[in-house]
Amino acid sequence: MRLEYFQLIDRVTELNLADRTIRTEATVPQVSTVFEGHFPGYPLMPGVLLIETMAQSSGWLVVALNKFNRMPFLAAVKDAKFRTFVLPGQLLSVTATLEHDGSGYAVTNAKITSAGKPICDATITLRVMPFPNGEIRQHMCDQAARLGVPSQESAHG
Amino acid sequence: MSTTFDTIANIIAETCDIPRDSITPESHAINDLGIDSLDFLDIAFAIDKAFGIKLPLEQWTQEVNDGKATTDQYFVLKNLAARIDELVAAKGA
Repeated sequence: MRLEYFQLIDRVTELNLADRTIRTEATVPQVSTVFEGHFPGYPLMPGVLLIETMAQSSGWLVVALNKFNRMPFLAAVKDAKFRTFVLPGQLLSVTATLEHDGSGYAVTNAKITSAGKPICDATITLRVMPFPNGEIRQHMCDQAARLGVPSQESAHG
Repeated sequence: MSTTFDTIANIIAETCDIPRDSITPESHAINDLGIDSLDFLDIAFAIDKAFGIKLPLEQWTQEVNDGKATTDQYFVLKNLAARIDELVAAKGA
């Protein structure tokens, strides 16, 4: 995770297009300016960043399902539940499954676990639109390569 | 058995917290009921699931933007119900 750059996913570990599911991992950094305020002497991963982690994982799933031709944007978060604290250094496993592929939007169910224990979960709605410009699309392709998003040919399904 | 309109009206009432009695077949979802695009995503999701269809929102939006259709054709609820019935019929064909 690079919290200051809002890059919350370290790697994609599985992308199954047939099952419309993605699995990703991320390690919470030991040190971040975020923890200087949240909270002094008791660093905790903010819940909003856990939501963003689930949203980004969902987003990569939607990008892959749309063959890198469309870009998802976070539109709504429902039923978000934070079940336990997340501390610096913790390894997070994220799973997102497509609940519905609508016209111009997608809905996913996402959750985070750590060492097999539930951390948080939510239902996430994304607007799905054409890439606003080529620069963003190239950026997403570069990020996909960094994260190990499988190409269409190697993704299951 | 409830009509398509009744199902839509119930979804809108529940999703947007609008009194069910104020929703009529002549209501325009945007102009009369004040439903914004984000709330309409929730409504579309509920309609898609309830009827097993995929409302072609992007196509409708494009048609309106291109001047080929009016919002009344898709967002006045009796018309929306008719479009849904067409989609359901097409699915079963």
